[in-house]
Amino acid sequence: MCNQAVSLIAAEIEKRGIATTCIVLLRDVAVKVRPPRALFVPFPLGYPLGAPHDAELQRRVVTAALALLEEKGPGPLLVDYA
Amino acid sequence: MADPADLPLKVRLFLRTYPWRRIDPVPWAPLRRPLAEAKIAIISSAGLVPPDQEPFDNDVRGGDWSYREVPDTIDVSTLVDAHRSWTYDHGGVRADPNLAFPLDRLRELGVVRNHRHFSFMGSITAPGRLSKQSAPEVAEKLVADGVDAVLLVPI
Repeated sequence: MCNQAVSLIAAEIEKRGIATTCIVLLRDVAVKVRPPRALFVPFPLGYPLGAPHDAELQRRVVTAALALLEEKGPGPLLVDYA
Repeated sequence: MADPADLPLKVRLFLRTYPWRRIDPVPWAPLRRPLAEAKIAIISSAGLVPPDQEPFDNDVRGGDWSYREVPDTIDVSTLVDAHRSWTYDHGGVRADPNLAFPLDRLRELGVVRNHRHFSFMGSITAPGRLSKQSAPEVAEKLVADGVDAVLLVPI
C-alpha cells in the first residue's frame, strides 16, 4: 500500500513539473503502478533504507535514489539497487 | 529482502487480488538544474508525525489520506510512528526514524533542502482522495516553495 501511495503522490508532483524519485520495497507493485523513477531496494518491509542507525548504508541508498533524478526520460524508470 | 513469499497468507492474497492503480500516462519532469544545486524535499509515507501534531486517524475507512508538514529544522529522533499497518516490523523505524525519513542523511550529504517536508500514512486502500485531494495539495505547496526534486520513501 505504501509503495502505491508514494507512487501516486509522485505522479501528482511530476505532473506539476517537479522531478521525483521513489524508493520501493515491492518490485511487483512498482511494475504495476509505474511511478516515474523508482529504486527497488532488497530490504524487508519496514526497512526502506536498509537498517536503523546505519548511516553509511542509509546514505548509499539515498545517493542511489537521488542519482535517478539525473536519468533521461521517458519513464517509468525502475532500477534495482546494487 | 521484501520477498512476498515471506508475508502472511492474508497479505499475500490481498497483494495478488488488490486492483493496483496504474499511472497512465507516466508523467516525466526533467531535473531543472544540476543535482548538487537542486532544492530537495522528502515525502515519506511511513506515518511519522512531529510530536506537536495530531497522529493519523486509524479509523478512516480506506486509510487516512491526510498529511503532516515536517519542518526542515526537526530533530528526526522526535518523530512519532503513527502508521496503522501490521504488515511490517515497526521496530526499525521506531529506533531510528531516519530509516524512512532520511533528513539527517540529506544534511550529512550537504543536499540543498526545502524548508519543509511532508509525511503521509501510506496504508491507503482507497486512494481516490489521496490522488485527487491531498497529493495535489502537497504538490502545489512544493511548486510554491520552488522545490526542484522530491525523494519519496514508503515503509
